Amino acid sequence: MAELATRTLPLAGAHGGSASVRLQPAAPANRISLRARPDDVAALSSALKLALPTAPKTSAMNGTRTALWLGPDEWLVIDEGEGGLVEAAASSGALHSATDVSHRNTAILVSGPGAVATLNGGCPLDLSLKAFPVGACARTLFGKIEVVLLRTAEDSFRLECWRSFSDYAFGLLAEAAEDACS
Amino acid sequence: MLLIHCPYCGDDRSELEFRWAGEAHIARPEVISEISDEDFAEYFFLRDNTKGIAWERWRHIHGCGRFFNAIRDTVSDKFLLTYEAGLPRQPVPGTEPVSAGGAEGGAA
Amino acid sequence: MSNYRIKGAGRLTPARTARFTFDGKIYTALEGDTVASALLANGVHLMGRSFKYHRPRGVLSAGPEEPNALLDVARDAARRQPNVRASVQEVFDGAIIRSQNRWPTLGFDIGSLNNLLSPFFAAGFYYKTFMWPREAWAKLYEPIIRRAAGLGVAPTETDPDHYANRFAHCDVLVAGAGAAGLTAALSAAKTGAEVILVDERADVGGALLFDTSTMIDGKPGYDWAQGVLAELTAMANVRVLTRTTVFGYYNHNFLGLVERVTDHLPNPNRSLPRERLWQVRAKKVMLATGAIERHMVFANNDRPGIMLASAARLYLNHYGVAVGSRIGVYTAHDSAYEAAIDLKKAGVEIAAIVDCRAKPGEALVSAARNLGIEVLTGYSVIDTAGRLRISSMTVARNGSTNHRKIPVDALLMSGGWTPSVHLFSQSRGKLKFDAENQRFLPNIYAENCVSVGACNGTDELGALLAEAAEAGGGSLSVSGEAAFGWTGGMIGAAEGAGKETTVKAFVDFQHDVTAKDIRLAVREGMHSIEHIKRFTTNGMASDQGKLSNMHGLAIAAEMLGKEIPQVGLTTFRAPYTPVTYGTLIAHSRGDLFDPARKTPLHAELVKAGAEFEDVGNWKRAWYFPRRGEDMHAAVNRECRTAREVAGIFDASTLGKIEVVGPDAAKFLNLLYTNAWDTLKPGKCRYGIMTREDGFVYDDGVVGRLAEDRFHVTTTTGGAPRVLHHMEDYLQTEFPDLKVWLTSTTEQWAVIAVQGPKAREIIAPLVEGLDLSNEAFPHMSVAECTVMGVPARLFRVSFTGEVGFEVNVPADYGAAVWKAIWERGQALGACLYGTETMHVLRAEKGYIIVGQDTDGTVTPDDAGYGWAVSKKKTDFVGIRGLKRPDLMREGRKQLVGLLTADPTEVLEEGGQIVANPNQAKPMTMLGHVTSAYWSENLGRSIAIALVAGGRARMGETVYIPMKDKTIAATVTDMVFFDKEGGRIHG
Repeated sequence: MAELATRTLPLAGAHGGSASVRLQPAAPANRISLRARPDDVAALSSALKLALPTAPKTSAMNGTRTALWLGPDEWLVIDEGEGGLVEAAASSGALHSATDVSHRNTAILVSGPGAVATLNGGCPLDLSLKAFPVGACARTLFGKIEVVLLRTAEDSFRLECWRSFSDYAFGLLAEAAEDACS
Repeated sequence: MLLIHCPYCGDDRSELEFRWAGEAHIARPEVISEISDEDFAEYFFLRDNTKGIAWERWRHIHGCGRFFNAIRDTVSDKFLLTYEAGLPRQPVPGTEPVSAGGAEGGAA
Repeated sequence: MSNYRIKGAGRLTPARTARFTFDGKIYTALEGDTVASALLANGVHLMGRSFKYHRPRGVLSAGPEEPNALLDVARDAARRQPNVRASVQEVFDGAIIRSQNRWPTLGFDIGSLNNLLSPFFAAGFYYKTFMWPREAWAKLYEPIIRRAAGLGVAPTETDPDHYANRFAHCDVLVAGAGAAGLTAALSAAKTGAEVILVDERADVGGALLFDTSTMIDGKPGYDWAQGVLAELTAMANVRVLTRTTVFGYYNHNFLGLVERVTDHLPNPNRSLPRERLWQVRAKKVMLATGAIERHMVFANNDRPGIMLASAARLYLNHYGVAVGSRIGVYTAHDSAYEAAIDLKKAGVEIAAIVDCRAKPGEALVSAARNLGIEVLTGYSVIDTAGRLRISSMTVARNGSTNHRKIPVDALLMSGGWTPSVHLFSQSRGKLKFDAENQRFLPNIYAENCVSVGACNGTDELGALLAEAAEAGGGSLSVSGEAAFGWTGGMIGAAEGAGKETTVKAFVDFQHDVTAKDIRLAVREGMHSIEHIKRFTTNGMASDQGKLSNMHGLAIAAEMLGKEIPQVGLTTFRAPYTPVTYGTLIAHSRGDLFDPARKTPLHAELVKAGAEFEDVGNWKRAWYFPRRGEDMHAAVNRECRTAREVAGIFDASTLGKIEVVGPDAAKFLNLLYTNAWDTLKPGKCRYGIMTREDGFVYDDGVVGRLAEDRFHVTTTTGGAPRVLHHMEDYLQTEFPDLKVWLTSTTEQWAVIAVQGPKAREIIAPLVEGLDLSNEAFPHMSVAECTVMGVPARLFRVSFTGEVGFEVNVPADYGAAVWKAIWERGQALGACLYGTETMHVLRAEKGYIIVGQDTDGTVTPDDAGYGWAVSKKKTDFVGIRGLKRPDLMREGRKQLVGLLTADPTEVLEEGGQIVANPNQAKPMTMLGHVTSAYWSENLGRSIAIALVAGGRARMGETVYIPMKDKTIAATVTDMVFFDKEGGRIHG
């Protein structure tokens, strides 16, 4: 019996931020990229115990699970608890594609009064509360990389990116966070 | 920097999130292996490159990921309309619909 | 007298001083001074030399339109910027300021010989002069011109400052915070709109900064402006950006702003960016950019001490500086009277007001005369004197030859006001010509935009305030009273600088373009302003002709006998004023220049001593040198060890796409040339993707995990475009297929273990899978467990050896790599990098798409015709492959090349010919696509695209190089283990 592999997290030990912004690598989470047609959303929602959002730029949350609308047939489902997302989706019996992307993505939590200014250092979205309220999410750009942004509170965001881009994301966030103070 | 209305996101988003994808309403021939060299050239190589009102494909590649169609004035860069992929060629807003039998017709 | 600061005048605090040097001499300034106001306060007018004739020049303006006083401003050796406008840059304590474009000194400049030689430097001179002899161009003329051209000297040290970027959105962006801009912003803000108000100066007020005679809402204009600023600043929905220039107005109300954050501070906090780029998307734009005063075009109108009347007024009323002690005024417009009156009241002697108009307004004239100022109406200044500073002006009654020389040490001029329509024009708005007032005004808007105030030609203060309030959308009511009107004036050459004259009457100060030059251009046949502009370079300097455009146009129109609109106006382009590269780049420098993508195994690769190469944005291990090894030795060892024992390779960057759904096989059938429905779950197949034109687009191994699930791999560099290409077809051509695509490139760490001992190395780590040849032969795939984590194991090979690719979830990659490497090391295996990977695959004749193919290569050209299904009725490329040119004989085909001298390694890109003695141009047969030293074969090998290559087996071809011609024999592409037995071992 071979020894068990241990996890090495991207951004392990990364820290940054400024007087007005806190930057924190998020804990590892289970994630699936979920694809399905409109007719199958109800069955998948009940199987996942989470009403998959069908309106653009919105997310839904239940317990440790959050589903983010990324496109008309696409969701990023994040489970910060036990996981079992692929299995849950499969149990729906509905036609869908669930692909594990837990390790593809990593997340950085951006919080504090300067969070919006920090993100707007690289993100072209209008992040005012009116245009991007709590719970809003979108796939967009941050500097030169693609990210998924979720507003978890008025001054808190979760920024998801592919793991090889996380150094860049963290670096740009750190620079922008510095600027957000001034 | 253009501001583009994504018909799937229902939102105006920065051009940065999009990628232009060529002329719209050029359907891949049903039985492509059978078409003549001339038809293939017409389908694959030749484009109108319109100065003025053009029907184009765009993709919200760094957003919802969807391809969609747009009517854009290539002189003024104004978007007159964006609409979902798969819809027939839409008329320029404020003008008469293009007749279904017209040479301009076409699917997807 | 060297102190021109007037006690009690201006708004700066006398106690707050700053010291700076100008050309090595120490001067004292007040905080808030611009470099220009500080130098003027010290009696210094000479600030630069002109571009072409090296004529002494002083500051002409007090704003961004400045063409003359361009200086080199430094904080220290590295923080130095050339071509800074003295009229914009604020002085800070410790500033090191130098003049430019002079040698050896500003006062004595050898280059000013050009002024004496000016008959040889007429407009367009270099288009003619340097035409002959032709050979002299590259060696003589161009180097001389290059040395003489350009202003200032670019810094050579790395810029230690940092720059920031900010995206912003607003309902209303107001450009300009003068009376109109402030009113429009306040009106809009009161409706609850999100407002961004921008002004390029440190302080708001615009013309109210110098125009002390205007009252608004019963208060002096400046005080009213400060009140509005306070009100706006207190509102949560308003952001006021001062020291910020709207430099670009782009499509769909997208605006580029540069905020100068620290350039005015003596000791800026290092955490602050020097400048901040704002990328603003506004729902509505309100342009309140005001107007710029024109100079008068007359003989020798460029001496230091000659400046715009409004500039002198600003220096006095804001900075408390008198621009001279005996000042002349030359005007075609009322506003210069105000300057003269203010200066006179401050105790400065006004030599005379020379008004070229026969009948200016009676009230103004008497106001001036009542103060004891001599006013000469119907007179013009026809010349000036003074070497480094104006010493006198020569005046004459219009039409008369009687001259009178009046001593002055400064001369103020006003030709009237030109509306600032630059941003409007940038937005692609269409201008109209206001013939009555001889000016261009906004007419047809291209964007949701409105112009208010002077930039809209609205000169009367009451109308201006009402227009701005209305534009803001609120019910704001502001009343005002101005002392003079802004309309009127003159454009074109003034008295004494007309058609018949040869005097130097400058139109464009920065590029030394005179009225005479413009007339010459017309005589040379230039009839469009676009041609005249290029011939004379009028308006082409960094000030973009803010002062010169209208004059140039009027002079050309007069020569052509046409109306101004018929001659045309050149389009204004962004940027409005020069923007530093640092700002445009903002965060994208150093580590943030471009993302450096690292695989999950990166830290382990570093520990193992890898050298890295950039592949796209990825950092890939290139080779692993041991102590004393160079690249060649390391790669040779890695190549040998991989074939003799085993090699371990980080293949994580391989693109991966999960294709899922009941129609997955059907979809892949359409996207690849191969057939996929026949591939059984648990098996892999090498696939080729062509574009519709039939050319190879990408390749990779595709594994079928289940009936409805495929694990597709792509080239490292091809991953994003292949997914885009697949999505395109799926969404728009085959939208009914029930299949979805997900990028999983980064989900998996991929460890390739290749070589005779590959199985032995990984076997103990794998659970739940029989790895024997029988149970898990070449081209198998299975889901299993590796070190307790769910894994995907591929039996594939890019080396021709027994090979496995272990895919584990990325976070576990490092641990699994360590365990595999530990076992490999014990068995004598090595780590290898991309260089060895390239050699090993070339030994087997495996192609690399993008290296051996170039977008004009079909599967058959590449020797992969077998991968194109003959049975399928459709796939992307099926029709393209049948095009006559793709089916003809003699196409370039990939073949192997073996050099006659086995130690000779060909150069990739080397051109191939059949007959090395053929006269040039020789007939090219193709080129070398891959070439390596093969340690395993003990000789060099190469792959090449050769016309009719497969029919040339055994032929000798030649690769002519710079110093020799290399002979090589055409062979098949498989150099090693031709039978291919090792892969199944």
